[in-house]
Amino acid sequence: MSTLHTVNKSPFATGSLRSCLAHARSGDAVLMIEDGVYGATAGTGLSDEIAAAARGGGIGIYVLGPDMAARGLDAGRVLDGVITVDYAGFVDLAAKHDRAVAWL
Amino acid sequence: MSDDVKKFLYLNRKAPYGTIYALEALEVVLIGAAFDQDVSLAFLDDGVFQLTRGQDTKEIGVKNFSPTFRALGDYEVTRLYVERESLEERGLSPDDLQEIMYEDEDDDWAEKPSIRIVSRAEMADIIAAQDVVLSF
Repeated sequence: MSTLHTVNKSPFATGSLRSCLAHARSGDAVLMIEDGVYGATAGTGLSDEIAAAARGGGIGIYVLGPDMAARGLDAGRVLDGVITVDYAGFVDLAAKHDRAVAWL
Repeated sequence: MSDDVKKFLYLNRKAPYGTIYALEALEVVLIGAAFDQDVSLAFLDDGVFQLTRGQDTKEIGVKNFSPTFRALGDYEVTRLYVERESLEERGLSPDDLQEIMYEDEDDDWAEKPSIRIVSRAEMADIIAAQDVVLSF
């Protein structure tokens, strides 16, 4: 039994991403969407924290490509360990997990 | 409980009056209570501010909905999980929260507290045990 967590706010504006990561369990997935995609970029004040979550803890960290593209963030800016998915990948994640939790 | 009963968790992470989320969550809980599901509420991050004692909205022109939490027991909503770390980060303790009681029909209608203080790790387990999580 596992959970897909979605985060749609910038981690520089709210604590939603940090709270999400603190409540995710091994086997869960965290998908950054909408303004949440700013959390997937390298070279920020939060990169180390998010990269650490992506490396350890058995949590898959994903980012929605179309929301990155819309904001002018190219694939080269994505943090190591974060997997970029398209809308079909979003659907796959929703289907693979038992529940979805939105961190608004 | 029959097989068609699902576990619903209402996840509350917003303070009460700055946005409409908290009031809307409470409205949905009260409506949803009519459907005989297994309902519980979680309060974490700024959501813990929803349950503080002594709220007085007379001078801001909006309804003080905090007393409504005390009616949830009558709708068989008897589990309000509050995250300890979220309280502590905000300088709050369980004593700062209003008393919310329910009558336990399985225990000769004894009055019991609805608020259950849980750790962050326990909150993660509670989320993981649900069929449906509704976020506000």
